[in-house]
Amino acid sequence: MFDVGCWLLDVCRIVNLFNSILILAAAFLAVFAEAAFQLPRHLFGAQVDLLPALMIYAALNTNIVTVSLLAVLGGLWFDSLSANSLGVSILPLFAVGFPICLRRDLILRDLPFAQFFLGAAASAAVPAFTVLLLLTGGLEPLLGWGSLWQWLVMIVGGALATPVIFTLFDWCQHALGYQPQTETSFRPDREIRRGRNLKC
Amino acid sequence: MFKQKHYLALGAVMLVTVLLLSLPSRAVSRLKLGIGGLFLPLFGAVNAARQLPDRAADAVLPRGELLKEIDDLRRENQESKVRQQQADAIARENDQLRALVGWQRQQPWKLKLASVVLRDPANWWRTVQIDLGSRDGVTTNLPVLTADGLVGRVSSVGYTRSQVVLIEDPACRVSARVLNSAQNLGVISPGGPMENSLVNLSYLSGNANLKPGQVVVTSGEGGIFPAGIPIGLIADSIQVEFGLTTEARVKLSASLGSLDKVWVLTNPQVSQ
Repeated sequence: MFDVGCWLLDVCRIVNLFNSILILAAAFLAVFAEAAFQLPRHLFGAQVDLLPALMIYAALNTNIVTVSLLAVLGGLWFDSLSANSLGVSILPLFAVGFPICLRRDLILRDLPFAQFFLGAAASAAVPAFTVLLLLTGGLEPLLGWGSLWQWLVMIVGGALATPVIFTLFDWCQHALGYQPQTETSFRPDREIRRGRNLKC
Repeated sequence: MFKQKHYLALGAVMLVTVLLLSLPSRAVSRLKLGIGGLFLPLFGAVNAARQLPDRAADAVLPRGELLKEIDDLRRENQESKVRQQQADAIARENDQLRALVGWQRQQPWKLKLASVVLRDPANWWRTVQIDLGSRDGVTTNLPVLTADGLVGRVSSVGYTRSQVVLIEDPACRVSARVLNSAQNLGVISPGGPMENSLVNLSYLSGNANLKPGQVVVTSGEGGIFPAGIPIGLIADSIQVEFGLTTEARVKLSASLGSLDKVWVLTNPQVSQ
């Protein structure tokens, strides 16, 4: 019994580790895509940030360690390709993920509209908080009335991306993750055998 | 509500952030380029993928079309050679006149071609990264331009990559001259976040006679950009500060939204 418990604990850890690695890999690819592909910028005048949407998924489905890792690594990756001060994106991401992770039992995480609104709120909060930190640090980011439009594009883009990210990760989890085998009610000692040549 | 691991995570994230934000600027610059280097294999893969359709198109291009293109290029080459001869003669004459007057002789520009590998993912900065670094002789504050005009300046340098701050960014101010009768001087500053290819030309004199279409070039003041690099054309102008100064909008010559190849000027001669 003790061995089965340990084994289950190990399996749970491996599943959590797999999910965390998947989220961090997605964050890495998201930052790369934001720097390499300019289609949203050409179409709407602003680049959509996918890290807040990923943070919502991580906060609702994983543990605080993954949330912290995503905030630190995602922020570092983003800032390394940007003119931001290195580390300035970490706190905004963590400020979004931390309270959601604490209160996730109260959130209807499986409903797409809840994911949509959480994604919108996170995509609104993260850039606003980042710009606030930059201004506090004495930097002069490019801001103006057009920034409101860019903010709106980021909010809508992040909101739309969040349910998509949930669906994608659920699919990945289902396709690649460990699935515990369901127990059936079949037992060999209760099998009813029919026919004439019964020898038992 | 708070468990011990939540406290630990909160403390760890705060500590990492404070440590990173308090690092000296040189260490931050190196760390940034080091972390950014993790993305290089992905950029290589994407560039290779982007070239595939071109290579496929090259393979199926008809021979007649290629021959026609070669003819056109030969004709262009001959025209360029004639113009080069004329330019050389003008340069010699210019050098002689400079020697007579006693002015400093101008050095020809040394340019290095670079590819733009990525753009800033944040919407509030206008920077790009190029595939030239310190191993190619690039240093900070070198001017970056295209055949159409000024693009910006190198802001930080790694071993194989450099960050270029574009002329649209608040961190890139350029002293500019309007090519009109008064040769008005001003400072190029960013337009707005949504104003693509438009920048402001501020601190012009109040009685500056600006007309749309007048050419704006670098003035050579400020110690970074040499004189005479085209910046753009005057789009419109307005008097500000109760008529004390004039502010103009300049349409940039270089298309900063679709930069692919740029030139780094490695021997800028500027007046301090």
